[in-house]
Amino acid sequence: MTDDRNRSRREVLKLLAAGSGLLVFPLGTLLAGEREAAGDGARAPYWAYAVDTTRCIGCCACMRACRDENDVTAGVFRTWVERYRIGFDGEVRVDAATDNGYVFEPAAGEVARAFFVPKLCNHCEKSVCNQVCPVGAAFNTPDGVVLVDQKHCIGCGYCVQACPYGSRFIDPKTHKAGKCTFCYHRLAEGLAPACVHACPREARIFGDLNDPHSKLSVLLRQRHYRLLKPELGTHPKCYYLELDREVV
Amino acid sequence: MIVLYPYITGLVAGAFIVSSLYHVFGRTELRAVARFSLASAFVFLLFAPLPLLMHLGQPQRAFNIMITPNFSSAMAGFGFIYAGYLIVVVMEIWFVMRHSFIERARGAGPIAWLCRIILLGNAHEDDATRAADHRIARFLAGLGIPMACLLHGYVGFLFGSLKANPWWSTPLMFVIFIFSAIVSGIAVLIFHYMVVARLNGWRLDQPCVRSLAKYLWGFMIIAVALELLEVMSIAYKQTEEWEVLGMLIREKLFVSYVVLQYLVFSLIPFFLLGINSLFSLRDRVANAMVWTAATMLLVQVLLMRWNVVVGGQLVSKSMRGFTDYFPGLWEKEGIAVAVVIFTLPFGILWVFNKIVPLFPEAVPRGGSASGTK
Repeated sequence: MTDDRNRSRREVLKLLAAGSGLLVFPLGTLLAGEREAAGDGARAPYWAYAVDTTRCIGCCACMRACRDENDVTAGVFRTWVERYRIGFDGEVRVDAATDNGYVFEPAAGEVARAFFVPKLCNHCEKSVCNQVCPVGAAFNTPDGVVLVDQKHCIGCGYCVQACPYGSRFIDPKTHKAGKCTFCYHRLAEGLAPACVHACPREARIFGDLNDPHSKLSVLLRQRHYRLLKPELGTHPKCYYLELDREVV
Repeated sequence: MIVLYPYITGLVAGAFIVSSLYHVFGRTELRAVARFSLASAFVFLLFAPLPLLMHLGQPQRAFNIMITPNFSSAMAGFGFIYAGYLIVVVMEIWFVMRHSFIERARGAGPIAWLCRIILLGNAHEDDATRAADHRIARFLAGLGIPMACLLHGYVGFLFGSLKANPWWSTPLMFVIFIFSAIVSGIAVLIFHYMVVARLNGWRLDQPCVRSLAKYLWGFMIIAVALELLEVMSIAYKQTEEWEVLGMLIREKLFVSYVVLQYLVFSLIPFFLLGINSLFSLRDRVANAMVWTAATMLLVQVLLMRWNVVVGGQLVSKSMRGFTDYFPGLWEKEGIAVAVVIFTLPFGILWVFNKIVPLFPEAVPRGGSASGTK
């Protein structure tokens, strides 16, 4: 009687141990983060982007490269370059280049300071666009890219309104949400996004946050940078090096 | 088109609240419009999703919002909230109007057939069933109040919860939406009831009109005060966002927001309804004032929706400068489609009235006997 009871207790403990092992193993994998690659233990990449605002010359080669690479519909942009002109009176004038470049109107007052700010999707860790998508068509990939499933998007445009950075649009041709994908098809082939590749001044830097030796990781350790609208808690992954305070 | 969506759901919620004032809170003076208000809520509810459908880039995937909902999205709730509310309204109509359906089902012809189908074979009626119908209808009317608030509060939440947009992002948004919904609902009932009465030569139920006018005055004061307080608090705090919002109000929305929404279409109805509520005027004068005020408030709420929905989208995301928008006449989300969508519910109400009279106690002008249309 006692033996039976002991045996059964031992069996129960074994079962519990096996059961908790089963529970803990996948949980542990999950807790280790999706950045950890399954298999050989090497870290999977976690992509991010940096813009060196001191280097951009506003040539807009990035915009053209993006349009060619991704066949972006005319009239909308996955990336664009804003031009900031600040007068001696403190007035800030901002415009963005179109496919035909900038409009250079006759000088309206003297310019004290001017610079260019390339913009694109910030591929936020806590992306609002994904949060608000009613059908779950928008999602974050494990390697840190925000994408839209074109087969599921219903074209409601709520993500366009929710994005604090104006990075999304409803494509006039497909009537679905469109945005920068970090050229995900190129990443799969080990290539950098087209805009990074096209920039003649290396103002656009792309890299792996999980790799401490990547150019991006090194720059983020060495240089001052700012995020756009960090107060919104979206945790953007587009880092702006030496960004002027006028830019939000 | 997205301006029309909160506008129509507002009319639904407001009209339903009026019907519940009679059914639940025993405001018997509203008896004349009790059925009409419930039917109005129903037909506007039928058309509420249409502007959304017109807006979708992929309307054929509309049902994905219920099939594969992403529950972190406020918008994913739409299908469920809408469907739940529609069920409550349809059931309430069934129980409130069962007596009329039974009467119409007795005859011959297509309407009698239709009524028999609507009755689902349950044409039995006696004192006990009438009492049960009344009890259930009252329960549904009570249940419908929080659901109406939820439906329209949810619409306000859709806007208020977007942190990317400083013009929308306020917890007050859904409260403002609920009160403006009640204003527009009462206003459309007054407007429509008086037009229908005039066209049919009925005598207006004066206590009903006076009561509606008082409710309208009260709710419009709350709605406008909340809207003003919201803007004033942002302006007073002088935060960074006020730099762009102040400019939005002063430049882009000055005419539609400051001049039209507040100075013309809020202030004038406020005085008209105020005078009407505080002084005893001759019926003819009072009715003209109430109708004018109600019509103006219908426009005011539409302007409010426009200024919220379009105004919020005029601010550039870089918080520098503005964009422009005005709908085209014939495009998919243009003015012509909007007019058609807004007119259709009135047509459906006319058909509804052919099946079941919405004003069973209407009295011809100059007559004293009760009669129907």
